[in-house]
This record gives sequence, C-alpha cells and structure tokens, in this order.
Amino acid sequence: MSVLVYTESENGKFKKNAFEVASYAYEVAQQLGTTVTAISVNADENESLGGYGVSKVLTISDDSLKTFNAKAYAHAIVGAAQTEGAQVVVVSSSADTKFLAPIVAAKLSAGYAPNVVAAPESTSPFTVKRTAFSNKGFAHTQINSEAKVIGVSNNAFGAIENQTTAAVEAFSPSLGDDAFTTKSIEVDKVVGKATIADADIVVSGGRGLKGPENWGMLEELADVLGAATACSKPVSDMGWRSHGEHVGQTGKPVASNLYIAIGISGAIQHLAGVSSSKTKVVINTDPEAPFFKAADYGIVGDAFEIVPQLTEKLKEFKAQNA
Amino acid sequence: MKILVCISNVPDTTSKINFTEGDTKFDTNGVQFVINPNDEFGLTRAMWFKEKQGASVHIATVGDATVEPTMRKALAIGADEGIRINAAPTDGFFVAQQLAEVVKNGGYDLVIAGRESIDYNGGMVPGMLATLLDMNFVNTCINLEVEGTNATAVREIDGGKEKIATSLPLVVGGQKGLVEESDLRIPNMRGIMMARKKALNVVEPVTATNGTTDVKFDKPAPKGAVKLVDTVEELVDLLHNEAKAI
Repeated sequence: MSVLVYTESENGKFKKNAFEVASYAYEVAQQLGTTVTAISVNADENESLGGYGVSKVLTISDDSLKTFNAKAYAHAIVGAAQTEGAQVVVVSSSADTKFLAPIVAAKLSAGYAPNVVAAPESTSPFTVKRTAFSNKGFAHTQINSEAKVIGVSNNAFGAIENQTTAAVEAFSPSLGDDAFTTKSIEVDKVVGKATIADADIVVSGGRGLKGPENWGMLEELADVLGAATACSKPVSDMGWRSHGEHVGQTGKPVASNLYIAIGISGAIQHLAGVSSSKTKVVINTDPEAPFFKAADYGIVGDAFEIVPQLTEKLKEFKAQNA
Repeated sequence: MKILVCISNVPDTTSKINFTEGDTKFDTNGVQFVINPNDEFGLTRAMWFKEKQGASVHIATVGDATVEPTMRKALAIGADEGIRINAAPTDGFFVAQQLAEVVKNGGYDLVIAGRESIDYNGGMVPGMLATLLDMNFVNTCINLEVEGTNATAVREIDGGKEKIATSLPLVVGGQKGLVEESDLRIPNMRGIMMARKKALNVVEPVTATNGTTDVKFDKPAPKGAVKLVDTVEELVDLLHNEAKAI
C-alpha cells in the first residue's frame, strides 16, 4: 500500500503543480501511515521530488510518450498503481490531467474526486473538500471505493517542503497498440508566456476595454507582472480574444494568487469562475459594478488612464525590488 | 452515423446556490433548470452533423421525471429521440455506467457529452464512459469533423490547442468552440410542437456503484469589504505589503 502521485512535466522539467500534488500526496500518506511513490514521464531531475516528501520515483523514459497521450499515460499510471499496490492516486487539475484522470479512475474502478482544495478531512470514511457549483460552493465528498483518485486544484494546497530522499527507479509500463488510437497531429501552443492554469498572476479584460485593439496596454501590464492574459465571456463571444482566454463558469477557472480585472463588471458567472483566486483587484469606471463586492482592492476610474500608470509604477517597483 | 448527446439538467448559470436538509442537498427552490451549457454546444454540433451528414441524434439524461422539460428543450432544438434513465444522478461513475448501457444497446458511433456539468463539476462522465466501452476519447473538444469512420478533433490544452486524429466509435467531452455561442439555437414554435410528439423513452437503471457521495455542502465565507484606493501607488503598496501578492 502506498500513495501514488502523477507528477507532470513539460520538456523534461517538472511543472509547478507537480510539487503541489507531491505535497498533497505526502499529507495523504502521513494520514494513512504510508509513503509516497511518484510516477513521471520523460522528466529530468526526478530526485527533486524528494524535497516534497516523495520516497520513490518511477520514471518512464519512452519516446512514444514524448507527446502527451491521455490513454497511454493513463494506462501507465494504472500500471504503476497496480505495481505499487497504491490505494490512492493523486493528480493535478491541468487540462492534460483532467483528460486522463477519469480513464485512470474507470480502469481502477475508483471513485474520483476532482477540484480538491484541502487535505482529507478524514481517511475513514475517506472525505475530501472540493469546489462545486462552479466555485459557488464546496462539496464534502466521501470516496466509497477501495481505490481512490484525487484531483487537487491548482494553487490550493501549495507546495510544501518535506525533505526525504527519493529513490529513482526506471519503470516500463506495458502499453499495447490500443493505447495509441488517438494521435496528436499538431500542437499550437504559446511559448514563453504564462498560461491561465499555471500563472501566479492573471490580468483579465472585459467589455470596458472597448475593442481588441486596446489590449496592448493589458499585455504590457501582464508582461511586467509575468502574468497570463484572460478575458470575460462577452469579449471571447465577440471574437476580440480567443476562447482559450475566456475565464468564468463556462470558460476556464482561475485559481491564481492575484487576479486583476480591468473593465469587467462582474457577472455572477464570471465571479464564480475566478473566485478561487487569492487576491482580486478591480479597475472599473462604474462604482456600482458588482465585481467591487467580490474584490479585495479596487480603483474606480478609467482603465485607459489607470492601466498605463499601473504598468509604469510596477516597472519602478520591479526595478527597486529586483 | 448514430450520435448520442448526453444532456445534464443543471441550474441556470445565473442561479444563486443554496443548500437544504442540514446542508446535505442542493436547494432547488426557485431555481431554473437548463441544458448544461457544455452539453448544449455538443448538441448544436450534433445538429450540424444531422443536417450536413445525415446523422441521427438521440439524447440521454440520467434523472427522474423532473428532467423531462430540459430533455424536451433538447428535442425542440432538433434531437430525434430521447432516453431517460430513471435514476438520481448521484455520482459521475454511476452516471457513466448508466450511459454505457444505453450506448451499448443503441450502437452509437459518436457520443458527445459536455466536458463537465456546471453543478457538480465532476468532469469525469465522458472519460469514464469511453473507458468502460473501450471507445476513443477526446476531452475539452473545441472542433470536431467526421469523415467515414475517421475523426479529426481539436482539443483545448493549457496555453493553446492540439489537433488529434482518431476514429469512431468516439466519445468527446465538448465545450464552447464545438460551435460558437452565436450558433446556439433557441427552440422555435414549430420545434417545440414537434418535440411533444417525439419519443422520450424511459428505461430503468442497471445495477451500478457510486464512486463517491457528496455528504455535505457549504458556501464560501462571505467576502470582506473591498478596499478602494485612489492611486496606483497605494495599490502597488497594498499588493506588496498587505496582500503579499507581488
């Protein structure tokens, strides 16, 4: 019996959420009185997971897994879970992981609790707290099955250092042709820019920006902060920005440390989607905008004046605090 | 091509959320129910396959009789026939097992379900369904073309998109992008009249297990009042020294 955690990497480098899920797995293992085994695919520096309480890393080096393939990755994770006799499998909430987790759960006949935001409330029965109703509420969810899959929300539990020595072992899952019946043909991905899922800071624009041509100032602000850019639903519906940037109930959820909403009034659907962000800032001309009720800090004023000022001020701040 | 669109009956996106019976149940009092938005994008794409490629489109929902108005709306939008599995949709794994039975019996080539329902946000039904039936699966699907038994899908990934080649039988977890918001259809009077005559078959559930049980709900703690500032200097200072966000 152990806790298995899937630690995601990109181009060999562990993603930020890998350390978060490892930390979560360590907490689960402590509660169950067992240890954590990680599984990684084509990742470097596997020993680094030892810093977050992982005692063993099963490493897969396989060229056929160079491009993410949900079914093949899921089969590999299931193989590792069976080899390790893992009772609990911990995964992240990235797009790739949300793709593979239900496959893992179905293969293991496991109950799957996604969007988990805190350490298990109890292990018998096994109960976790997760967001539901698109962040308008929380559910306390009991996982009934013997095998369990837990999806940890981004930026909820945090990466917590627990110095352990991780033994690194090569692992070769047996993957048949049936694991590769969907094939990636083309990946079109922004490089060198933070994504909404991973970013510490998200800068988001709404209809108040008046048109797609005005996004330059928002992008400059995002650049200074190393932030991802996002937008409200009307903005993506009107085609000002791509769907991938739409955040809110029917778009992407945001769980960043800092969310800056510019010219977004704050419809209930939008507020739901961004409510997991820790600090929210609103810049809006309308003091009655509902977003002010959901924000931590606000400036009532014209974004076209304030955003460039804020960018300049932050440049100064960064120069002083570099 | 036989298409099954899985429809979840969910509170309207503008709903305020409350709980009842000692916070153990969602309070449906005064709540308007609608087709889950992610499912509606899938249903609309299915209509395109029906009109351009002659596909037949059935819908399925797991739920008691109270879900029928939502199903009738899907029929009014243009689905040919509905199947209601007469059981409370207690957990995603349970729902996937029920839908698997329907798909097996109906011989569907393509199953479109929303990537998640906006109420319980499990996001697991399409992937579990595909796995139970050993069908191909593409999640967060934002474009789908089918030629014969070959399918080309585009899925949304963190920071971009990925084009995928696969084949039928296929399950997709759909969302906005499968069609545009402006392509969504409001049922017209003729559609509504026709929907009344369409078959809505009720089937009893198969024996299935619940992977999870939601035992209690609560709402986020109320937010403190916003701090309004006049200058960007103050804002930067607060973000650095108070919120420690920069």
